[in-house]
Amino acid sequence: MTSQSETSRRTALPSEPLARMLGVRKPLDAQARFWIGVLAFALPFLSWCAISYVPFIWHPQILVEDAGDSKIPGQNNYIAVGDRVDLDVVISRNRDLDAVHARRVTGQRVNPIYLQSPHAVARAMYTAFTTAPERDGDAWLHESLLQSCKVIFWGFFWSAVFGLPLGVLCGTFPFFARLFEPFIDFVRYMPAPVFGALALTVLGLNDAPKITIIFIGTFFQMVLIVSNTTRSVEVSLLQAAQTLGASKRQLVWNVVVPGAVPGLYRDMRILLGWAWTYLVVAELIGEKSGLSAWLYQQQRYRHFDNVYAAIVIIGLVGLITDQFLAVAGRYLFPWETGQTKLVRVIRAMRRALPQRARLAGT
Amino acid sequence: MSDDRIQLPSYLDHVPEVLEYFAEIDQRKVVLSIEHLCREFDSPDSPNGKLVALSDINFEVRRNEFISVIGPSGCGKSTLIRVVAGLEEPSGGIVAVDGVPVTGPGADRGMVFQNYTLFPWLTVRKNVLFGPKMKGLRDDKAMKAADEWLKLVGLTDFAELYPAQLSGGMKQRVAIARALANDPRILLMDEPFGALDAQTRASMQAHLLRIWAAAGVTVLFITHDLDEAIYLSDRIVVLGARPGRILEVIEVPVARPRSPEQFLSGHFLATKKRLEELIHRRENTPNSGGSMHD
Repeated sequence: MTSQSETSRRTALPSEPLARMLGVRKPLDAQARFWIGVLAFALPFLSWCAISYVPFIWHPQILVEDAGDSKIPGQNNYIAVGDRVDLDVVISRNRDLDAVHARRVTGQRVNPIYLQSPHAVARAMYTAFTTAPERDGDAWLHESLLQSCKVIFWGFFWSAVFGLPLGVLCGTFPFFARLFEPFIDFVRYMPAPVFGALALTVLGLNDAPKITIIFIGTFFQMVLIVSNTTRSVEVSLLQAAQTLGASKRQLVWNVVVPGAVPGLYRDMRILLGWAWTYLVVAELIGEKSGLSAWLYQQQRYRHFDNVYAAIVIIGLVGLITDQFLAVAGRYLFPWETGQTKLVRVIRAMRRALPQRARLAGT
Repeated sequence: MSDDRIQLPSYLDHVPEVLEYFAEIDQRKVVLSIEHLCREFDSPDSPNGKLVALSDINFEVRRNEFISVIGPSGCGKSTLIRVVAGLEEPSGGIVAVDGVPVTGPGADRGMVFQNYTLFPWLTVRKNVLFGPKMKGLRDDKAMKAADEWLKLVGLTDFAELYPAQLSGGMKQRVAIARALANDPRILLMDEPFGALDAQTRASMQAHLLRIWAAAGVTVLFITHDLDEAIYLSDRIVVLGARPGRILEVIEVPVARPRSPEQFLSGHFLATKKRLEELIHRRENTPNSGGSMHD
């Protein structure tokens, strides 16, 4: 009896996948991870589809197909074919028309213009690239995208060129940390956009002030984050290196830097995301440029399908860059991930080199 | 009652071959000498604002000797080895290697830490090559020497792996090889097997004895494990706590070569009994803390 109930209890356990998946801090298995990850995107997408395609969900407006008898006077007799009119306005107009037995306003229930349906946005993701700008001289979408990437790249590049060494310096020598960090902490709290007017005055109307805004937005944060990451290299590793005879310079180059590099790489990935958030501000100061300018134009022409398409494209560019960097990192830092493919390739190439060159390389 | 007890020899009774062994050691050159070493910390909680970690420590380590320092927790044994390594400065007294006073960390005193401290971004072989590389040696000879050390610690097949891929015992063997590859005058070991499980620890002790005999190196070994200290050492420096001071230096009466069977020999047990008396008496009697008020 007892043994039977015990076996049934035991077999009952794995047959409750939901209970298993909802375990407290219990890691998901690979299959569950994948499908729940798919759900993460599918759920918002399905809600969007539901709101867009199921007529009785929301749809607060009427797209007028027949304006009714427009000769009948009334508060709402401005309604015309092709208008999107709020539901209660149509109801009140029809009440007026019904009173004199005139033709009613008819049309389809629709969502506001700013809520575009998935297929419209999907179509726009293609057509936005192939449609010429409405005004001569304005940039195409691909030109705008390229322009934005260029500004991000240079802003981030210069901030890394100065921020990385300065951060490592602060993280290594308390002297420099004390010398630089208090002031940087102070500047960090000034929002980058407040420097916009100043940057324009000093640097003119081209890309320079925009690159500067992104630089200001990321540089000060970068120094502090980099110095913290550098400080997280274990002191015991430095002590071990000292007992192995490392000089001060060797400590920095052979312990601090390689010890901090994987963490710094992660920091750069996060900071690159921050650079994108400063992009819009940077592009709207002075002469509007890049994706922000393009978005601004589309909004003025009420091409909201294009607006969504561009927003999704920005998200995709960010996601793809980040995932690419993540995968690259796996190969670059095999000691953290156990992924030694790249190292093995390099080793094989080393071995193929002539003896003399190999010695110089090690 | 006393019939049940095993009659132990005195830990001071040395068999002739052990006597000879110590006589031979006394002929050797002094590698490390510690004279009147003191180390104090500022401590707002103590009555006089000072915490004395080490007080008037004096001893010498001779060439190829294996010396353990043992004591209750808080007796300053880690402070002692860190001062010898040059990672901490003494408040008074002199630490000298080959007669030259220590002023900072250096390659002549290789150190093995409890928490491995291997460089995670370097392969096992490159970890071992770290010291030679710091000296500017980067030829095939250094490479061959590194491989010899890896062979000695039994890790030839693991040369291309990263530390994260090794077990705790293997990591510690790499750390030993790395320290020895630098050809240090003395090898400092700060509770190197403290983080290992009992089985691994036993096999590491055997490894260490073998490496010590093969490499002909002088060892200063910190531990809180009495068996480990007796099994490995020529002499044991017993420290007392608060303030950390030498209670006794014991010449271990167990003959070499050592084997685990000796754990139950009379000399071994007699030494252990003496160590327990020295260490546990201090820990258990509440009055032993009287030095706090000194």
